[in-house]
Amino acid sequence: MALNVLMFYILSAVIVIFSVLTITSRRILRAAFYLLCVLVATAGFYFMVDYQFMAGVQLVLYAGGIVVLIIFSILLTSHISHKFAKPEAMRLVMGLIVGVSGFALSTIAILQFAFKETENAAIKVDMQAIGTQLLGTGKNGYALPFEVISVLLLAAMIGAIVVAKKGK
Amino acid sequence: MPFNIYDFSTTTKAVDEFLKANMSPTWAFITELTIVGLVFLIFYAIVGLYLVYAERKVCAFMQNRVGPNRVGKWGLFQTIADLIKLLMKELITIKKADKLLYNVAPFIVIIASFMAIAAIPFAKGLHAVDFNIGVFYMMAVSSIGVVGILIAGWSSNSKYSLIGAMRSGAQVVSYELSVGLALVSVVIFSGSMQLSTIVESQANGWWIFKGHLPAIVAFFMFLIASTAEINRGPFDLAEAESELTAGFHTEYSGIKFAFFFLSEFMNMFIVASLAATVFLGGWMPLHIGNLEAFNRIMDFIPPIFWYFGKTIFVIYLIMWFKWTFPRLRIDQLLNLEWKYLLPINLVNTLLIAFLVLMGWYFK
Repeated sequence: MALNVLMFYILSAVIVIFSVLTITSRRILRAAFYLLCVLVATAGFYFMVDYQFMAGVQLVLYAGGIVVLIIFSILLTSHISHKFAKPEAMRLVMGLIVGVSGFALSTIAILQFAFKETENAAIKVDMQAIGTQLLGTGKNGYALPFEVISVLLLAAMIGAIVVAKKGK
Repeated sequence: MPFNIYDFSTTTKAVDEFLKANMSPTWAFITELTIVGLVFLIFYAIVGLYLVYAERKVCAFMQNRVGPNRVGKWGLFQTIADLIKLLMKELITIKKADKLLYNVAPFIVIIASFMAIAAIPFAKGLHAVDFNIGVFYMMAVSSIGVVGILIAGWSSNSKYSLIGAMRSGAQVVSYELSVGLALVSVVIFSGSMQLSTIVESQANGWWIFKGHLPAIVAFFMFLIASTAEINRGPFDLAEAESELTAGFHTEYSGIKFAFFFLSEFMNMFIVASLAATVFLGGWMPLHIGNLEAFNRIMDFIPPIFWYFGKTIFVIYLIMWFKWTFPRLRIDQLLNLEWKYLLPINLVNTLLIAFLVLMGWYFK
């Protein structure tokens, strides 16, 4: 077996196992830690396909940003001895049905698509290309969405500060 | 085996060819990974131990003492003796802690610093990975370390640990912004995030000289913000020993404590070498414009000495901070970042973008 195939299976196994653990764990911080493992393994996939920028973004935003935020809010709100109660049987069954049907649906969709090996040479993802395209106004330029999103974020940030300041 | 202290790529290439000639490509690859891993592991341990020694000596020097001087000549083996003592110590398990997370946390911290060290260019042709997003990669992997600190603080089930972790989390998350912006300034100057390209771009002068005042401002911003990011004094309130005993690692003992301790020192090394690489030219000798004779003499000193010389200089600066300034309070710390460092950094980045746009810097 080629090493990259082996690596693919290892990473997939990590993602599958820790995803299941994330939703089945009864302790909230453990769930957050398992989620961290899933996200880091996903970054591993991006490294495997040589898309290093995406891997870096995955690590910074998800592993280093969102997981830290989640853990931070857990630290503020929950006590170590707290454990979630077991879900009711009815809920468990319903959840399982939804999960399995979602899995089946996506599997069918994936299997129906004929994946073909591309003949094109691998594209080297250049940071400068990403940068110019992100701020370009011409064809394939993303300047307008970029600006709209940044205004939206700014509004959200100001809103958060106003909400947090209430009563002072 | 060819060995050239001015260009290590010949050596690494020779090792690669030797391995490929003697075994299948798969095994050659695995062997190479093992060699690189072992070399880094040994390097990590040695540098970590001697940074602890250096810290104690520098501290002693600042306080007009002698420092460690009993084990070996000038106390050189003191930290090795300490390590052996730590290895022998009992690993205390806490009854009401979350055992899994309690045991995992030191590893998260140490893995994060281990990943960051892989991208450092030590000398010409002497780096483990050279991504085209080098600077960004360093930021990304070092941001995972704080997860380990937070988990350690929470899973210990102790109030000191929890408060230490909370402080450290708030601190690292906010100071990461300033570290990033300070690094972005050099990325704008050199037009690349690849660490080897950034080093090459300093062949005719380091960025701290070529970039006028904004580059110097960015360098100091980076020093301040990264000192805070690695939880070192005067920003070490995550482990303020007078109030929190030891902060997030209060409940750890033996080698698990040593992991936190070691990774803290290694983070200092990583930050110092990043500062040396992007602002002070990395392994690039000191070159001044077109002064041929001067540049030739400087080239005679091997790059690896330049690299370690600069890194040790920055490490000394960071240690100097710690033993000179009093510790900040948490509100002062957050004020410093959000009200002073971040605005200055934003304006500075804008200024640098303008300078580069107009071409008003030494090319």
